[in-house]
Amino acid sequence: MNSCVIVFPGSNCDRDVAVALEASSGTRPRMIWHGDSELPACDLIVLPGGFSHGDYLRSGAMAARAPIMRAVVAKAKAGTPVLGLCNGFQILTEAGLLPGALMRNAGLKFICRDVFLRVENNYTLFTRGYGPGQVVRIPISHHDGNYFADSATLNRLEDTGRVAFRYCAADGLINADANPNGSLNNIAGILNETGNVLGMMPHPERLISHELGGSDGRAMFDALTALVQCA
Amino acid sequence: MRVTITPEIVAEHGLKPDEYDQILRVLDRAPNLTELGIFSAMWNEHCSYKSSRVWLRTMPTTGPQVVCGPGENAGVVDIGDGQVAIFKMESHNHPSFIEPYQGAATGVGGIMRDVFTMGARPVANLNALRFGAPENPKTRHLVSGVVAGIGGYGNCIGVPTVGGEVNFDPGYNGNILVNAMCIGVADADKVFYSTASGVGNPVVYVGSKTGRDGIHGASMASAEFDENSEEKRPTVQVGDPFTEKLLLEACLELMAGDAVIAIQDMGAAGLTCSAVEMASKGGLGLLLDLDRVPCREAGMTAYEMMLSESQERMLMVLRPDRAGAARAIFERWELDFAIVGETTDTGRFIIRHRGETVADLPVDVLAEQAPIYQRPWTPTPPLPHLAAADVPDTDDPGAALVRLLGGPHLSSRRWIWEQYDHMVMGDTVQRPGGDAAVVRLHGSRKGIAATTDVTPRYCAASPREGGKQAVAEAFRNLCAVGAKPLATTDCLNFGSPERPEIMGQLVGCIEGLSEACRALDMPIVSGNVSLYNETRGVAIPPTPAIGAIGLLDDIDHMATIAFKQEGDVILLVGETSGHLGQSLYAREIAGRKDGAPPPVDLAAERRYGDFVRGQIVAGNVRTAHDISDGGLLVALSEMALAGGYGCVLALPKNAGPPHAWLFGEDQARYVLCVSPDKAPGLLSAAGARRVPITELGRTGGRDMILDGRLIQTLETLRHAHENWFPDYMEG
Amino acid sequence: MKARIHITLKKGVLDPQGKAIAKALSHLGFVGVEEVRQGKYIEIDLAGSDTQTARAGLDAMCAQLLANTVIENYSIELDA
Repeated sequence: MNSCVIVFPGSNCDRDVAVALEASSGTRPRMIWHGDSELPACDLIVLPGGFSHGDYLRSGAMAARAPIMRAVVAKAKAGTPVLGLCNGFQILTEAGLLPGALMRNAGLKFICRDVFLRVENNYTLFTRGYGPGQVVRIPISHHDGNYFADSATLNRLEDTGRVAFRYCAADGLINADANPNGSLNNIAGILNETGNVLGMMPHPERLISHELGGSDGRAMFDALTALVQCA
Repeated sequence: MRVTITPEIVAEHGLKPDEYDQILRVLDRAPNLTELGIFSAMWNEHCSYKSSRVWLRTMPTTGPQVVCGPGENAGVVDIGDGQVAIFKMESHNHPSFIEPYQGAATGVGGIMRDVFTMGARPVANLNALRFGAPENPKTRHLVSGVVAGIGGYGNCIGVPTVGGEVNFDPGYNGNILVNAMCIGVADADKVFYSTASGVGNPVVYVGSKTGRDGIHGASMASAEFDENSEEKRPTVQVGDPFTEKLLLEACLELMAGDAVIAIQDMGAAGLTCSAVEMASKGGLGLLLDLDRVPCREAGMTAYEMMLSESQERMLMVLRPDRAGAARAIFERWELDFAIVGETTDTGRFIIRHRGETVADLPVDVLAEQAPIYQRPWTPTPPLPHLAAADVPDTDDPGAALVRLLGGPHLSSRRWIWEQYDHMVMGDTVQRPGGDAAVVRLHGSRKGIAATTDVTPRYCAASPREGGKQAVAEAFRNLCAVGAKPLATTDCLNFGSPERPEIMGQLVGCIEGLSEACRALDMPIVSGNVSLYNETRGVAIPPTPAIGAIGLLDDIDHMATIAFKQEGDVILLVGETSGHLGQSLYAREIAGRKDGAPPPVDLAAERRYGDFVRGQIVAGNVRTAHDISDGGLLVALSEMALAGGYGCVLALPKNAGPPHAWLFGEDQARYVLCVSPDKAPGLLSAAGARRVPITELGRTGGRDMILDGRLIQTLETLRHAHENWFPDYMEG
Repeated sequence: MKARIHITLKKGVLDPQGKAIAKALSHLGFVGVEEVRQGKYIEIDLAGSDTQTARAGLDAMCAQLLANTVIENYSIELDA
């Protein structure tokens, strides 16, 4: 699989996701500097986690205006899968590839911990490795992960199956106690209209082997790899 | 403007009259204000260790594993396979009390720069924090700000904060302690030092611009700055973790080549200390042209530039033919890069500004002839042993347990460490909450374990035993995860060394630390000293914080504290005399603050620790926990809570008074847990090595049961343990 | 020319920081604080003297970067 990881100044999970992609696919992704304006032909684009531009102004705001983002938007529109993790999700919303915004956590504090997610749609490029409604354990690590969208947008997301993951309790129940950051409808990850762009606050790349305390994140990278190998 | 140096100005620079006389003697003239500022920076306690140096020299700093001991930005230790670990702990106490968020943040930024200055990529951060009493009105605000500041910096730069410790004590009401530790990893042949060499080599400034941050002696300077004095007042140092992230990547990129001859982080009195130290170590002189220093504000004076503590800056000596390539790297990372001077063979530190020579000082005098004091000291009087019989027993150990686990000293620190990204970099194989954190060495099966430890109430009662205990506990925490202890760093936090009883605490603690470091083969390779931590004559408890690292050859052979399954055999390693003096039980439950702290038998520590580690490494043991604050019952409860399994215990026949057995804080002890089929082998292995081992009971159920009696349900314990911190912070 | 830009959260968008400030104010004993909304304030020094051009430029800056119009409103003051 040819994947590209975009590196912004302040990205800090670029190496982590590259390791996860290589572990699943056997191929090392290409690291693309934000100042470049062209992307090589590739099967997957990843916007990694971190604090691009220090999260100054707004998380992801300045990265979304980086030269490389024109190429990312063009590829996304042409159907290339794009995965935005944490800061990558924030960048995708700021770039307009996904609707809504990620605001300051309702508790106002940075939160780093494992959370449970319910797979709301497993008919996607990214989530095919999970069962319908499967509950997975994946860490979050963010200050601005409180998903907001106006009610029309929210309804559209819900009605068209574009909510990929929701924060839930260990038994899969969706409730306020299981919502770590105040996200509307417990939303942890969403898809674009055509299903080839996924943004999510949790970090699947952090739980890909037993040494790290779990491997629920691995199925996403395996699924993406399998997709390319089938094609 | 020429300022006449008066005794008041000298005093405001923290220099004593005899120190100023020494300056007059060596210069054979009066210094100007800039020169006086430079002397004050170089000769202050922080830079020169003038009160502690004679004692620091007595500490063990060498060993086959030590590549570089104290004196550089951080210590360097061999970890095999052509790699080294580079680490240090440093205090940022006073700034954190003034402005907790920025003080703590810049403390983290500073310690990380110390590590990557030497060529290492930081892989883990830890911190040791001491706050005043929870009921002190300032404490909550300070905890909140310090924790947010540590997280704000470390999370942004993307280095996991994996461990640390927190104490609350009224002794810190007026002086909190924020000690930050960073560990980095480098290739052994790519370690960079601060010794300049060669004449005519460019001295290069990189990183952020220089502003009027944290300039000392400024109350005096306000006499000089008549106009716009408000604007020119010294400001709190503000950290910019984003710039530090860029600086980290740019420095490591530069260091992959051969451009760097010497490099030094600009920390306290940034430009002054870094320039003088590089020149002094190389036996050289150095010429600085301040007109080329990137400044954030117009019109900065030489005095301000030389004493500025603006963050995220580095000074380097480069090979002249590589300067252009180096510039290209820093420009790509959008960082300032300026050639601000050159090395010379004059042995003098010469500073030019606006066409004038504003300072001309001998390098060796600045760096090496700082006054050194043999300060008078009086030993801390020993306290008598507190017999268990003199400490009231409790008829309800379960209630005592809830009070201890649900109180400020032993409650879960989850509220803190969930605000730290402890998983970024994808190598955290043991997260916070255990005995030691473990990060995998990237791309290998090896791991580095790290811990910070000291028990200030022991140090106050007996500096020497307390010093020993700090190292012994660090040793145990490393052994308990299966790591071979390698080396230590220390932050020696004390009150005023000008008081003999405080100096006595410092001496006693150093003697204890040294004895333990020798006995346990954990040389001290880096550290710092923070003195004058007192307010209105009330000093902090003596707090020699220890940071230690250890090595695991295979992270699959690692232990954690959590009970793993029902029916496992619980074993106690070590001897229990029921020592209650200075225990949390005596203090918190019985209200007794007297008595000697538990004695530390270093030979026993060594033997038992080696045994525990050996069993973990051999794959026989996967569950282990050292016994420290709160004693055995607390340790067992922590293991039960971490695993979600209760336990059924039996008091041994010769246990003595139950409260002493359950809550005594005897040292050199561990709880191990194995499946029943492995227990006989473990017992005989312990016997063969003269390691005392006692069977305590079995894991299982959802309660803590002792001799058939319910001590407490896990649910009650968990509720108390997890809720104290968030409830307290909610106020 | 100096521009002053105020960025505020749109009405109806939850503002947890504003809520926390309101709570803190009431803890401090200030009564009658009904709502607090936190925003951003940005100063920009601009070359040139044509206010109409400046205003158009500032508007574009806000729309493209300074404000996130999904959740934020902005207003521009310009000193000639």
